[in-house]
Amino acid sequence: MAVDEQLKIEMRKQGIVVTSIQELYNWGRRSSIWPMNFGLACCAIEMIATTMARYDMARFGAEVFRPSPRQADLLIVSGTVTKKMAPQVVRLYNQMPEPRYVIAMGACAISGGPFKQGYNVLKGIDRYIPVDIHIPGCPPRPEALLSAFMALQKKIDAQPLTGEGRPRFLDSEAQGEFPVPVPGEHDLEPASNKGVWTVPVVIR
Amino acid sequence: MKTIEEIKAAIDAAIPDAGVVIVPNPSPSGQHSLLLDPAHATQVAKFLRSDAELSFDFLSNATGVDWPDKEVAERVKVTRPVTKLVDGVEQTAEETVEETRKHIEPGCLEAVYHLFSMEKKHGPLVVRMRTVNRTDQVDLPSLTPIWRSAEFQEREIFDLFGIVFTGHPDLRRILMWDGFVDHPMRRDYVEPDDFEYEPTAHDEVLARAQAHQSVELAAQSAEQQAATAGKKETGAAK
Repeated sequence: MAVDEQLKIEMRKQGIVVTSIQELYNWGRRSSIWPMNFGLACCAIEMIATTMARYDMARFGAEVFRPSPRQADLLIVSGTVTKKMAPQVVRLYNQMPEPRYVIAMGACAISGGPFKQGYNVLKGIDRYIPVDIHIPGCPPRPEALLSAFMALQKKIDAQPLTGEGRPRFLDSEAQGEFPVPVPGEHDLEPASNKGVWTVPVVIR
Repeated sequence: MKTIEEIKAAIDAAIPDAGVVIVPNPSPSGQHSLLLDPAHATQVAKFLRSDAELSFDFLSNATGVDWPDKEVAERVKVTRPVTKLVDGVEQTAEETVEETRKHIEPGCLEAVYHLFSMEKKHGPLVVRMRTVNRTDQVDLPSLTPIWRSAEFQEREIFDLFGIVFTGHPDLRRILMWDGFVDHPMRRDYVEPDDFEYEPTAHDEVLARAQAHQSVELAAQSAEQQAATAGKKETGAAK
């Protein structure tokens, strides 16, 4: 049940805090997103810079980089995903417990970037796993990663806990494990996960 | 450093049937190279490394070159007998005709090594080896036993060009996965058709995206036709 925003502020001035389970729950979720200690290419250097004192990702409750997918909430795909690496990225994502989020950082992770036409680079990690936030840039600056982080927090805040648009882990029907692509004779098989990624319509 | 001719002479003096050929480089750099005979390559390499005056003790770079089959057209003058009707009588006369003949020059795969000497501070010496063809006889002797730094680079050549180095201690693919069958750096490599989504396609990429989309559209329309046909059948049954 939603409480009028103005009324809430008024009551808070009087020393009364009114909240809802959803608000409290989402506040908890968004305030301690622990990323996985996982870097792929040059974007990872920017990711490391973001955690350091100058940019200080700790302000957002995300300074604890976990070296195991089983303790992480956020997968930052920071860099070029080669076709040889893609199965491992999907496997790591599968090993993360819900709730889990993905930020695709940089041109390579969102589309293949400058290596898009190469024989060995995946044209975007969103072909295999659901991506919450895409950041363009080559590489994106730490501010861009912080901006993506804030966008992710806003997204989490806006999620209802029941009904349409609820997070995946509260939906018993939703897909939990994502098929790991198999390296084939010429390419990864399948070339994309149809349940996650559909070919966007190109308007020419 | 000795000139390339002097190095060749030194090799020939040490190994009588080495079969080394100088490959001239016509560019201003004039960096000529030595083409080794695969049968004697190991011997020659050992000599280049251990000779007191040359002592090429460091292999800095090994790479591959793909020479695809080349169609050569040349104009040849041919004399041949021609029968002609002259005043109602058949006569045979010799005639010279110019003819364009085409033949295919078989291609090969080539491994190129750049050698330096740390001791004498000279180099580079460019050394090449060529396979017999590009399909089944793609063996070359490995130079890894002589220069250890060739190990990963020869694996890379094996991976991307498909040259099989005999005598290599650990010849596996290094960049692509083990189940991969193609050799991506060959000129006739066909990359997988994953051009379904190209937001800013142009030139060659645009052509490939359109080709991909036309195939997909055909499949879609076929599916739709099958669906409508199925509907009609069920309608008729009703």
